[in-house]
Amino acid sequence: MLDAVRSVGRRTIDGIWRMGVAVRFFGLTLVHSGICLRRPQLVMREIFSAGVLSLIIIVVSGLFVGMVLGLQGYETLQTYGSEEALGVLVALSLVRELGPVVAALLFASRAGSAITAEIGLMKATEQIAAMEMMAVDPIARVVAPRFWGAVISMPLLAAMFSAMGIFGGYLVGVVLIGVDDGSFWSQMQAAVDFRQDILNGVIKSVVFGVAVTVIALFEGYDAPPTAEGVSRATTRTVVTSSLAILALDFVLTAFMFRGV
Amino acid sequence: MHDNLVEIRGLHFGYGARPVLKGIDLTARRGQVIAIMGNSGCGKTTLFRVIGGVVHPTQGSVLVDGTEMVGLDQDGLYSLRRRMGMLFQFGALFTDMSVFDNVAFQLREHTDLPESMIRDLVLMKLNAVGLRGAQDLMPSELSGGMARRVALARAIALDPMLILYDEPFAGLDPISLGVTGNLIRRLTDTLGLTSIVVTHDVQESLKMVDYVYFISEGMVVAQGTPAEIKASDLPYVHQFVHGEEDGPVPFQYPAESYAADLGLSHA
Ligand SMILES: Nc1ncnc2c1ncn2[C@@H]1O[C@H](COP(=O)(O)OP(=O)(O)O)[C@@H](O)[C@H]1O
Ligand SMILES: [Mg+2]
Repeated sequence: MLDAVRSVGRRTIDGIWRMGVAVRFFGLTLVHSGICLRRPQLVMREIFSAGVLSLIIIVVSGLFVGMVLGLQGYETLQTYGSEEALGVLVALSLVRELGPVVAALLFASRAGSAITAEIGLMKATEQIAAMEMMAVDPIARVVAPRFWGAVISMPLLAAMFSAMGIFGGYLVGVVLIGVDDGSFWSQMQAAVDFRQDILNGVIKSVVFGVAVTVIALFEGYDAPPTAEGVSRATTRTVVTSSLAILALDFVLTAFMFRGV
Repeated sequence: MHDNLVEIRGLHFGYGARPVLKGIDLTARRGQVIAIMGNSGCGKTTLFRVIGGVVHPTQGSVLVDGTEMVGLDQDGLYSLRRRMGMLFQFGALFTDMSVFDNVAFQLREHTDLPESMIRDLVLMKLNAVGLRGAQDLMPSELSGGMARRVALARAIALDPMLILYDEPFAGLDPISLGVTGNLIRRLTDTLGLTSIVVTHDVQESLKMVDYVYFISEGMVVAQGTPAEIKASDLPYVHQFVHGEEDGPVPFQYPAESYAADLGLSHA
């Protein structure tokens, strides 16, 4: 019994300690970010590998999520005779919630895990140590460009996800089921507010992008330099960042809630 | 100008509470190739980490080119490291860059040379290790020996004064092994470097080095020129040079008595 309590306590302390180390790592990354302004091509490369390579999965998932929203939304709205509001429902669900959250979850498993694996392997094969021996700071040269590349990509991917989702909702609602084209779009335009909906969605996706990327980079940098260590770290990135996204989403939504 | 490029005195170091290096004295004169030998786990890589300033000794002094490494700040350390090359055990090439970009890495990071001049320098270094033709390959397309030579070209890119080689011969076939050994000697002589080589390969290294240190249990147990080493009758050196299984370095990892382990102690 005492052992159980002790081990819970130890885990909690370890967890908090690790969190502190991660925050310090995040701070170091920010301090060493000057290189990204001096050599923007380093960031471009990372936008390509984090952003462009995640595009397919984002586009396809967005389309399907939008189509499902179209079907489900139609069925519910129809019972109240207000199926013209389908456009509003699809757009608001995507822009406020599903776009930022699902895109971030997909980003964590596609780009986040790749970042962890890449940095973990660079460490395991002594590439990081070699860089230090060549008097090049790996936080500046390896970590900072990946951080900014991923953080810039995230809101763009979320926007892409929402756009594809709205198109998917349109396909199902208007083209397939036959909801009125004009009211689908005009009601959407009237109901979606730039500041309350779109800007808040963008804020969410930026916050998620920072969280996922810091977790992915830290797990990679902190991974034991063995095959097993790297594979565990990769799993941890996906689990931890998914939990972080959902928890942060609740907190942010609570702050943004209008109570109307 | 200091005659001794590397001078280590009374060096102690441990990971946590466990001591690894217990009072090392070692000197590398300019232009020499020094070999450090010892069984696995005796602290050879750790010694390199200390010389490179990656870890700090608990006691003792490490002078590199007259500069005390102990207590050096980050700027001092980085400026010293720019004049040092280190060859990691498996090359540690950057896997996301081509051979050319690997060798160009330090030139691009530390100089403002135009790309045309970087190209000339990189091709010169690659030519020196005989791999100019491999410039466009990726590290995954190289054999172990080739990767080691590319790493060597990368290490000499900024014309360092000192190169540390961590087991450059490990896992090489006899031909690559000879090639690498000759290369280390030739580069040291033609570029006016100083080289410190960690190795297990007694026969190959005795052919090319100027001086040998044997390390065991974190201490220097024997040293001398290759001729002195070959003639030595110290049991440790004898065991190492002739590859005997048992001797001062025991075959068995320390354990309780065999009989006790098998449960025969009461019998
Ligand atoms: N980062 C580390 N943390 C703790 N112990 C280490 C670390 N690196 C090496 N050691 C230990 O220090 C000893 C010396 O290691 P090392 O210098 O790598 O030996 P060698 O290169 O001679 O084979 C070994 O017993 C090893 O287990
Ligand atoms: Mg070693």
